[in-house]
Amino acid sequence: MGQITLSQVRKSFGEVHVIPGVDLTIEDGEFVVFVGPSGCGKSTLLRLIAGLEDTTSGIIAIDGKDATALPPAKRGLAMVFQSYALYPHMSVRKNIAFPLKMAGMSESEQATRVERAAKVLNLTSYLDRRPGQLSGGQRQRVAIGRAIVREPAAFLFDEPLSNLDAALRVGMRQEITELHQSLKTTMVYVTHDQVEAMTMADKIVVLNAGRIEQVGSPLELYRAPVNQFVAGFIGSPKMNFIEGAEAKKHGASTIGIRPEHIEIVEDGPWTGTVGLAEHLGSDTFLRVTVDGIGTLTVRANGEIDRHRNDRITLAPQTDKIHRFDKDGRSMK
Amino acid sequence: MARAVSNKTKTINTVIAGTLGVLMFFPILWIIILSFKTEEDAVRAPLEVLFQSGWTTDNFSTVQARSDYFRHFSNSVIISLGSTLLGLVVAIPAAWSMAFVPARRTKDVLMWMLSTKMMPPVGVLVPIYLIFRDTGLLDSRVGLTVVLMLINLPIIIWMLYTYFREIPGEILEAARMDGAGLKEEILYVLTPMAVPGIASTILLNIILAWNEAFWTLNLTAANAAPLTAFIASYSSPEGLFYAKLSAASIMAIAPILIMGWFSQKQLVRGLTFGAVK
Repeated sequence: MGQITLSQVRKSFGEVHVIPGVDLTIEDGEFVVFVGPSGCGKSTLLRLIAGLEDTTSGIIAIDGKDATALPPAKRGLAMVFQSYALYPHMSVRKNIAFPLKMAGMSESEQATRVERAAKVLNLTSYLDRRPGQLSGGQRQRVAIGRAIVREPAAFLFDEPLSNLDAALRVGMRQEITELHQSLKTTMVYVTHDQVEAMTMADKIVVLNAGRIEQVGSPLELYRAPVNQFVAGFIGSPKMNFIEGAEAKKHGASTIGIRPEHIEIVEDGPWTGTVGLAEHLGSDTFLRVTVDGIGTLTVRANGEIDRHRNDRITLAPQTDKIHRFDKDGRSMK
Repeated sequence: MARAVSNKTKTINTVIAGTLGVLMFFPILWIIILSFKTEEDAVRAPLEVLFQSGWTTDNFSTVQARSDYFRHFSNSVIISLGSTLLGLVVAIPAAWSMAFVPARRTKDVLMWMLSTKMMPPVGVLVPIYLIFRDTGLLDSRVGLTVVLMLINLPIIIWMLYTYFREIPGEILEAARMDGAGLKEEILYVLTPMAVPGIASTILLNIILAWNEAFWTLNLTAANAAPLTAFIASYSSPEGLFYAKLSAASIMAIAPILIMGWFSQKQLVRGLTFGAVK
């Protein structure tokens, strides 16, 4: 079991209110991703759940039991840190066995569980090495191994992939997702990378300045962002925002259109000049300065033959236009 | 980063470093030589001392017979080890809390502690002397141990603080998440990681306490006098006896010199710890 409920959780550091009040339920077995720009309080929220920070007020319940005042060790949660936080003076085997040793498990049971975890994570041949002799990806695996051996109620991940290089990150991302599918244990994952959020999460929690902006499945957030912040944060490249006369035409203060919802056509309502063309092979991203509107990012197919200073005409998919009022809230 | 250094520069550097090394070691070498000479030979011209005089070990036995080297030696051992251990008992929790739970004024407290080392000790000699006189601590090993502990405490705390600061907080948090209580956290994670730091702090503090002369000379007479007082007793009152003074000096510095020699790697690492990340 691993249901986590936060009610009116607040956290202040002196005069600074990092988390002004959060209500959130994480269901058992869910993969929940906290995402937001740096300094939005997502790591603090995770550390509050872990018990590494004390709440200023509010209640954190794990499986229905109030855990607000419990020390981290008593909450039954496991955490994987950004820096891996392995014990440098212990072998991989001892690192993974440490939580079991703390739980007072017998040596033979420890050994069996460590072997099993090592097998799952392909660490069997590294068990007698020290963390210093491992690569970044292997260290990350040891950190995950240390988390899974004691079969916690939930896993907490604090930006676990941000120290890895791009190729490794994609691989580890898939491994963690597969791990979740096989263990079916609750996972709470913090990242600033919306791609990780979109690809891994069952449920995304978008945070901004300590507040929850929106909670929903990746596609819900993509299709129906509740405000301009979420609209701009989810999706890559970022949604284009247009103000002024063009927005007025749609009865909104600002309208938003994603790069993939603008088409290059022979004859469209918008005409512009290509400023920059990024050819990725699979896609091409064009920065187009549209007359009377401003600069927009447009996604075109990979093989398109358009270059700097070309004149093109564009047509937005009108049903994919998002409308926002003057406070940035979505209009139905 | 490695820089390209030509062979010529290397040779010049080696010669300069070697010369400086010899210059610095020379007084000690000369003391060693004089300690094996008779008093008459010891005051002759340097070249005569080297080439026209015999060798003797009489000085060492005379010194032991006259001023009981081993009593001073054991005082030195007790005082330097005692003050170091006592200092650690106070400094470990202090450095711990300053490194891991810093408050708004932690930096100021650290600077204030360091500033006490900038005050000339003679400034507090009279009050401390009076306190010691009234509490019967004059010429006692306990009193001296406490004073030396207090004198060196800022340095111990600073050193330990720097070591503890190097231990990433996340590792301690990981231990907490893994189910370790405060006791297990200290026993299984922090202490093993801080051992090199604690060891070099102990070494440096023993050396400082061993060599401390101001307080040991002023607060002791016969009973608690350590080796510093033992050497000092060979100066002026009866005129200077170079050979015996040298023998006494060698006997006083030999233990700490040998300890320093064997632990120099640890010491250098300790003193430069944290300088380069």
